[in-house]
Amino acid sequence: MGKLLAVTIIVIAILSAIPVVMHTWEAPADVSTHGPMIDSQMWDTMIEAGVSFLAAQILLAIFIWQFSKPRPGGKLKTFPGGAKGLVLAAIVLVGVEVLALGAFGAKAWATVYFTPPAPDALPVQVQAGQFAFYFRYPGADGKFGPIHPELINEANQNLFGLDPEHDVESRDDIVTAEMVIPVNKEIHLLMHAKDVSHSFYVPALRIHQDFVPGLDLSVHFTATKIGKYEIACSQLCGLGHYNMRAFLEVMSPKDYDDWIKKQAAEQ
Amino acid sequence: MHETSVAPAVRHGPPTTFLRKHVFSTDHKVIGIQYYHLAFVAVVMGMVLSWLMRIHLGWTNAAIPGLQTLSPNGAPAGVMTPELYLQLMTMHATIMVFFVLTTAPFAAFGNYFLPIQTGAEDMPFPHFNMMSFWVTLTAFCVLITAFFVSDGPPLAGWTSYAPLSAIGKAAGPGQGAGQVIWATALGIFCIGQLLGSLNFISTVLDMRCKGMTLNRLPYTAWAWFITSCMGLTAFAVLMPATILLILDHVAGTSFFVPSGLVLNDQLVPHSGGSTLLWQHLFWFFGHPEVYIAIVPGLGIVSHVLVTNMRRPMLSTKAILYSMWALAFLSYMVYGHHMFVSGMNPFSSLAFSFPTLMITIPSTIVVLIWIGSLYGAKLRINSASLFALGFISMFVSGGVSGFFLAQPSIDIMLHATYFVVGHFHMVMGVAAMFGIFSGTYFWFPKMYGRMMNETLGRIHFWLTFVGTYCIFMPFHYLGWAGNVRRYAAFTDDFLKPLIPLHQFVSVAALLTGAVQLIFIYNFINSRLRGAPAPANPWEGTSLEWIMPSPPPWNNFGGKDPVVYHDADQYGVRTASGADYIMQNSPEMPLATADGD
Repeated sequence: MGKLLAVTIIVIAILSAIPVVMHTWEAPADVSTHGPMIDSQMWDTMIEAGVSFLAAQILLAIFIWQFSKPRPGGKLKTFPGGAKGLVLAAIVLVGVEVLALGAFGAKAWATVYFTPPAPDALPVQVQAGQFAFYFRYPGADGKFGPIHPELINEANQNLFGLDPEHDVESRDDIVTAEMVIPVNKEIHLLMHAKDVSHSFYVPALRIHQDFVPGLDLSVHFTATKIGKYEIACSQLCGLGHYNMRAFLEVMSPKDYDDWIKKQAAEQ
Repeated sequence: MHETSVAPAVRHGPPTTFLRKHVFSTDHKVIGIQYYHLAFVAVVMGMVLSWLMRIHLGWTNAAIPGLQTLSPNGAPAGVMTPELYLQLMTMHATIMVFFVLTTAPFAAFGNYFLPIQTGAEDMPFPHFNMMSFWVTLTAFCVLITAFFVSDGPPLAGWTSYAPLSAIGKAAGPGQGAGQVIWATALGIFCIGQLLGSLNFISTVLDMRCKGMTLNRLPYTAWAWFITSCMGLTAFAVLMPATILLILDHVAGTSFFVPSGLVLNDQLVPHSGGSTLLWQHLFWFFGHPEVYIAIVPGLGIVSHVLVTNMRRPMLSTKAILYSMWALAFLSYMVYGHHMFVSGMNPFSSLAFSFPTLMITIPSTIVVLIWIGSLYGAKLRINSASLFALGFISMFVSGGVSGFFLAQPSIDIMLHATYFVVGHFHMVMGVAAMFGIFSGTYFWFPKMYGRMMNETLGRIHFWLTFVGTYCIFMPFHYLGWAGNVRRYAAFTDDFLKPLIPLHQFVSVAALLTGAVQLIFIYNFINSRLRGAPAPANPWEGTSLEWIMPSPPPWNNFGGKDPVVYHDADQYGVRTASGADYIMQNSPEMPLATADGD
């Protein structure tokens, strides 16, 4: 019975590792400038976690195989080096391993969160509400008009609560249901929630940030490949959470200019 | 001549009526069994809810027979609506975390065995102890009433993030009365756990019998003591948080709701609250709660293993200090649940490093277990199989923590199935394996009858393989960006993952069905199992010196005297036994080790 358990543990460990090694299920390919650092950090961690996982499971299996045999009258043996060696190994090896992961991971985190957006980054505002994202571009004046929550009215299509009659900056603001950005241009995404918490998760962009009601948050990123990508909400926001999504379309600069002009004309 | 007992220390008389004996009992053993039975009912409910969820996730448009009858609005024509899915998910998690994973390994086993293992006749405050169970049962009943209010249970998940949980019924079905019921139930639950934790701590500090120094306490007693220290501080934070949440609903306060929110084109009449305040309060409780669920498991596994390895652990202190380190660090790491929640990004790093450091005590415990297996005379039985399975699961669930401890990687994995796989393996399945191991190990003592060993082994094998089939794929799903808490998968990048979800659903249904073997074995053994001897596993701790089941006053009105720690295995004795019980004055002739 002990041998069967040992074999089962090893078979499970190997079967568990195969889809990872074979890249059977993977995140959408990265299309951001900061994504390679995150991907590299993930795979470095996968190697360290994978080695720890396999080593622990195999060692466990070997000892179960070896020492579950009935040995009447047999002598007990003590692990070479005793507890001190194992505790030392855990503190030194695992300690160094996790500190290294933490240090390199901090660098990847810093590239996303500790650097300010470039001064010429394109500002785009995103508002999350049950169960849709809406986007706003500042228009020709480069300024967003103020939001008046009391004026938000989906029935009247005043999605951001704008008051163009009184607010000059609002008059040229462009509101869309799809996010369109130029390729290789840094985007400064200004985020706010209309009602409850939501999240802005674009796996292909390696961007993930919650919307927190009451807080204005921002992230910045640069997309490197033309295409259409999905924006998913990952923070439970109500019954339509599973269906709350939008598309991010990355265009060539010329196509983007054409698109934004067309949107401005339609507002 | 050695003393084997001291003067009687009767603290309360024998129960004289049926009600006093079986219902409103102050006997810690009866209370422990009451907690166990509550967890039993709760786990069956939680599992059935998970079946319904898994059927829906595998085959979203499938009609589930009978579901329309149970929830006419939530399942028209038997097809589950997205809101019902979220409501079942919220109730599944709440029931499992609070009424199974906290109740069974801590409150149930702890109540039954902590006083016995410390050599006490009962806990110091038996009436508070009785109250703690009845308060917990009340909390459970209150929670279940959420199924019967008009909008049903809340759908905000067991974390119930504000403002979704604080705004009221405008936020969605179940967010009015259902959410208030949820918060009320948890607030009541906290009272029960605080009373229980106080009793546990006092028992260990004040009620130990003669000779039972702290160093001689078995692993389980230490684990329950550490858990109760966590419980005292963690539930003391959750309780006010739930009160504030209720006030936001019923008293017009705005603790968790900021100004300027708009729902259905109407301004929400709140201002001045903080969304993140709820998250900080919840996770300050929530992360220690993970360890409240798992530390008793570490104790049970150590206790079961040392008995079945027939040798002492390589280092008792390493395990105990590691459990303390886990408990201490659990308060310093809670922010890793909030890496992308809008905290200052420097805070994320401050929470990341202690989270990574928590790997060290976890690794020490695992290595001491594995190192102790080396050269042991391991006995394979249902209890030890589940203990060994616990180690495998604890490792598998633990290594995914390497990823989630790093904010940069959390950008990809936050709120995905990777997280669901991680906590289900380490907190759900591993903790359940601890509960199963404890059940097979202590059932003879608790009920006076042996469980069927063959059925126990079949239960282990099918559960071990089945749970891996369910929860390992969760990691692959998360790796591919599969967001959690989705009632269906409509995004293009998620559609290719649906076959994997179907595989998981089949595995979950089959593994769930396997639990019927356990339920049958439990009930049948309770009624018809072979009579259990006092010490069926040749253990050393004090629960094995008394008859099975023990009398109402544990040690027959006499306090035992202890001469050894509980690790006296692999020794040579005059009688030929390879162990010495804690209350035996016999000294080992020589250790078999290197003899």
